[in-house]
Amino acid sequence: MTLLIKEVTKRFEGHTAVDRLSLEIPEKQMFGFLGGNGAGKTTTFRMILGLLDITEGEISWNGESINYDKSHLIGYLPEERGLYPKLTVKNQLIYLGKLRGMKKQDVVEELEYWLERFNVPEYMNKQVDELSKGNQQKIQFITAVIHKPKLLILDEPFSGLDPINVEMLKEAVIDLKEQGTSIVFSSHRMEHVEELCEHLCILHKGTPVVQGSLKDIKQTFGKKNLVIHGDLSFDFLEKFPGVLRYKKLAQGCELQIAQEEISQEIFQALQGQGFIRKFDLEEPSLNDIFIEKVGASYE
Amino acid sequence: MSKFWIILSHTYLTRVKTKSFLISTAITLLLIIGLANFQSIIGMFSDESGTEKVVVVDESGTYMEPLQESFAAIDEDIELIPFDGTVDEAQTAVQNEEYNALVAISTNADQLPEATYYANNIADSGNQMAIEQHLQQLKVVIATQQSGIDQATIADIYAPMSFETVALDESAKTQEELSQARGIVYIMLFVLYMAVIIYGQMIATDVATEKSSRVMEILISSASPVTHMFAKIAGVALVGLTQVGLVIAVAYGLIVSKQDEMTGEFFSSFGFENTSPTIFIYAIVFFILGYLLYATLAAMLGSLVSRIEDVNQLLTPMIMLIMVAFFIAMFGLGTPDATFIQITSFIPFFTPMIMFLRVGMLDIPVWEVALSIGILIGTIAVLAYIGAKVYSGGVLMYGRSGSLKDFKKAIRLSKKEK
Repeated sequence: MTLLIKEVTKRFEGHTAVDRLSLEIPEKQMFGFLGGNGAGKTTTFRMILGLLDITEGEISWNGESINYDKSHLIGYLPEERGLYPKLTVKNQLIYLGKLRGMKKQDVVEELEYWLERFNVPEYMNKQVDELSKGNQQKIQFITAVIHKPKLLILDEPFSGLDPINVEMLKEAVIDLKEQGTSIVFSSHRMEHVEELCEHLCILHKGTPVVQGSLKDIKQTFGKKNLVIHGDLSFDFLEKFPGVLRYKKLAQGCELQIAQEEISQEIFQALQGQGFIRKFDLEEPSLNDIFIEKVGASYE
Repeated sequence: MSKFWIILSHTYLTRVKTKSFLISTAITLLLIIGLANFQSIIGMFSDESGTEKVVVVDESGTYMEPLQESFAAIDEDIELIPFDGTVDEAQTAVQNEEYNALVAISTNADQLPEATYYANNIADSGNQMAIEQHLQQLKVVIATQQSGIDQATIADIYAPMSFETVALDESAKTQEELSQARGIVYIMLFVLYMAVIIYGQMIATDVATEKSSRVMEILISSASPVTHMFAKIAGVALVGLTQVGLVIAVAYGLIVSKQDEMTGEFFSSFGFENTSPTIFIYAIVFFILGYLLYATLAAMLGSLVSRIEDVNQLLTPMIMLIMVAFFIAMFGLGTPDATFIQITSFIPFFTPMIMFLRVGMLDIPVWEVALSIGILIGTIAVLAYIGAKVYSGGVLMYGRSGSLKDFKKAIRLSKKEK
């Protein structure tokens, strides 16, 4: 059940929303889609779902194109949340579940399970517009997963939720992945992607600027972060060869270095200078990579 | 169950369960029941006082008897009571509300009756006119007797002239057939007009609601926009059928239960008695096609707005169109063979009303009807095709809307650009 996106381009009137995007998302994978506003994430999702036509290239899933015959295998949580405000949670899910090929009885059973899981069993017969925004989002999430899809597309699933609910949804997403669902999700919260995804892609203005597995991306990025705490002035490190970025902290400084070897040279240079409390070589965060890659093309 | 049926039944059931549907249907039914019982309702209010007592002071003493006979034959509501006193005494009695009114009849110089009507309140003109009419007849009888003309001659003078209209073209409709056809055409025009406005609005609002609540994106990721659009149109059509069906059932029940009172008048004026079944078939065909045409248009327009408030603005041109069709058809009822009517009957947006009018009122060659139906079906197909395009693009399009520019934008959004 591999999702294959091959050289896909989408052009709207005058501008290119997605430019020659190629991706391969294997089964049982969680794939992160990063990008700023207007990077082309939602457009890509809509093309995967067949809501928008592809200008060039092709998208296939398991070797076949995605059409409405497969809609019972696909779950979708759109960025713009939408439910019928005047319908009860139950009736809403029955309708949307039936459209995904479920039987009414199964919908009710699954819904009971999910409401229980999200600690909101009392919402079964409530109208959606009586619920808070965060709780509506839980219902929205249930509509995307109730039919146990094989491919799940989550557009900004965690936005607008408090930390407890974010954790609850994250666990649900991880469970689904372990049950064999391929999940594609977008976010501009780097820490979520870092935590959940093995593979990811950073889109910028419709072009993938970084893609691959999280480990590889970090490795090939090469640059590391170095945090030093101590009782001396570290200002001289700003000009130190191999130091790319220097940020003064209250108890020391934070550096970005070109390769990890530089850290050893700095370590040498600090010998005998004063009391060093902390010397910590860190992996670059996805945040750093994102700012670097996307920021670079802004310039 | 296919997705078409799921969407259709959802649309139907949610619509039928809404308060607005229940209330509007209930009010319509009450209105019909009210109309059917109009006579008895009016009677209930107006007849509280029973018969009116009118005293008559007849100075000559000769008018009272024929007048009473004349009243006995027709008016039951007025009771004439001879009064043995003077006019002044009688006036006092009326003022004391012993009687409702007073008529003083005397003989003038020409030996003819003349009368004065007295009442406390002369705003209610019903009694005065009745009495005046009876006296007038009495006067004519006396006057003619005085001039020596016999009653048969009088009857001849007043008898209505015979005036008949005959169509020379043998296939043309007779006067009787025409008035019957006019009844059916009128009903069908009115029902189609109402249906387009009410159910067109319902479709557009439904689509706009799904769009504005953003549930649309989920819907069209599970069922194709085209399926969705037509399921919606059919679902609302069923809602309409339910409503109209209920109304017809109740109306039929009332007609059956009140058959004696209502045949004659009602049926002959609307021409239900012996109309040919073909006209009913035409009515159904044109009604369905007309509904489909406008419903597709409404769904398409509904898919373009992102807020429910904008629905009416965008629907206005469509409503204008059906209104123009309706008014042309109303005009055409009087002159169904005008060139203007002939031409407009081939314009698809007017065809359902105006071609039906022509079919009902005139004898139209079959090819003309077939051609107009062909054009109509063709237009519906084209509109459905464009509609589906606009729909699949439009439902993803948000932002300020309400202009027809969005049409192009929506089509572009759904179009493959190479």
